Amino acid sequence: MALLTVRNLSLGYDSHIIAENLNFSVNKGDYLCIVGENGSGKTTLMKTLLNLREPVRGQILFGDGLKKNEIGYLPQQTAVQKDFPASVREIVLSGCQGRCGLRPFYNREEKRLSEENMARMGISEFANRCYRELSGGQQQRVLLARALCATRKALLLDEPASGLDPKVTAEMYGLIAGLNREGITIIMITHDIAAAVRYTTHILHIGAAVFCGTRDEYLESDIGKLFMMQKKGGEQ
Amino acid sequence: MMFEKLAMYFQYPFVRYALIVGVLIALCSSLLGVTLVLKRFSFIGDGLSHVAFGAMSVAAVLNLTNEMLLVLPVTVISAVLLLRTGQNAKVKGDAAIAMISVGALAFGYLIMNIFAASSNLSGDVCTTLFGSTSILTLTPKEVWLCIVLSAAVVFVFVMFYNKIFAVTFDEDFSKAVGTNADGYNLLIAIVIAVIIVLAMNLVGSLLISALVIFPALSAMRLFRSFLTVTICSAVLSVVCAFSGIIISILAGTPVGSTIVAVDVAAYAVCYAAGMITGGMRK
Repeated sequence: MALLTVRNLSLGYDSHIIAENLNFSVNKGDYLCIVGENGSGKTTLMKTLLNLREPVRGQILFGDGLKKNEIGYLPQQTAVQKDFPASVREIVLSGCQGRCGLRPFYNREEKRLSEENMARMGISEFANRCYRELSGGQQQRVLLARALCATRKALLLDEPASGLDPKVTAEMYGLIAGLNREGITIIMITHDIAAAVRYTTHILHIGAAVFCGTRDEYLESDIGKLFMMQKKGGEQ
Repeated sequence: MMFEKLAMYFQYPFVRYALIVGVLIALCSSLLGVTLVLKRFSFIGDGLSHVAFGAMSVAAVLNLTNEMLLVLPVTVISAVLLLRTGQNAKVKGDAAIAMISVGALAFGYLIMNIFAASSNLSGDVCTTLFGSTSILTLTPKEVWLCIVLSAAVVFVFVMFYNKIFAVTFDEDFSKAVGTNADGYNLLIAIVIAVIIVLAMNLVGSLLISALVIFPALSAMRLFRSFLTVTICSAVLSVVCAFSGIIISILAGTPVGSTIVAVDVAAYAVCYAAGMITGGMRK
């Protein structure tokens, strides 16, 4: 069974529907990229997958032993976080909160896990530094390490490279591709269609027209060709 | 000379009570200060204290023997409403607080005026707003109530420290990994309301915000992790409250405003210290 199956899903706020009849599934080890115009409902879809928001209609089924709260999430940064006094270690450790349940404090196992993920993301040297003093790329790595504490199976990333310069963006995508090679399923929203085409195995395009399939199918499809062209035109 | 004067004052139980209650309230109010400042709810102390003031005037008019029975529930409900609707409301956080705060203040004063229970109206209002004498007229029962409630606040805070941090830093992430973020926001709201009703006795309703936010802001100048900021703000708040009460006894100044003045001075010192250490780091 697929890790995640979406059936006839409609998304929206209140009674206003943004996207309708989405059907797709994500298998273990996939790297799915969600693309589409602004306002097409990419972030809403992700929040619905994470159970932060009720779907207007339709179903989201979890399979392959994946539980609802075992998905790592890398949200877009909020204004609050920009001047938050917290050390990198505290933030990464908070990724383990789902494992604690009602237990008030983190145990040794969870502390070890967070140290491990900091090493994995190459941020161990910043462990005691303050989050707000780090560069954008370093901050994203901290949040990625936190997401890794919450999951061994699947990561949902919302614009992981927004606001980063090209070099750091490439590093970020490299890091994510590495995690995918280690067997973690990735679902990522991005504006960067070039990166989507370069790294992913599958593409979901939402908007006026909906497409879901492998990357090569997307590049051959009309909607894919059109979107690639528009993006290229827009960048020049 | 100074110590003799202090020793003389400490023979009176009401001075000892004031010191105990003052230090406890300062401790409690500083704990959640960091969270409130970061959630952009610095003014909630002000808003809720005005609600408590409104409720208190209603209680006074109704001649309730124990006004806490009315004041505490009303304040808790307002806190819950304010913090709950914070994210998705039609009226946004700061505007909602301003509305409730000004509205409750006006109604409180209006009710007191129409149904004036005592002849010294402006004196009554002044006492409730600035807490000029109430901390010096505490009964042993009130002191015990304060001790029990403060212990409960500190216990809840320590037990849920990690969750409060997680929910404050990133609510969406917390919800995604299965933490009951709404539940913890509710808990934070209730604790805040309890602290504010407690603190009204000390500094009066106008100066509560100062007690909540100054220690947190001072600590944020100096430290860079959530744990150290929290501890520093608690220590600062206790030290400021203690010295503020001592100064007010020695100099004969009003307790509440003296404590806040000390808090402001502490912030100035922390700001300067933060500039110096921050400059060295770079």
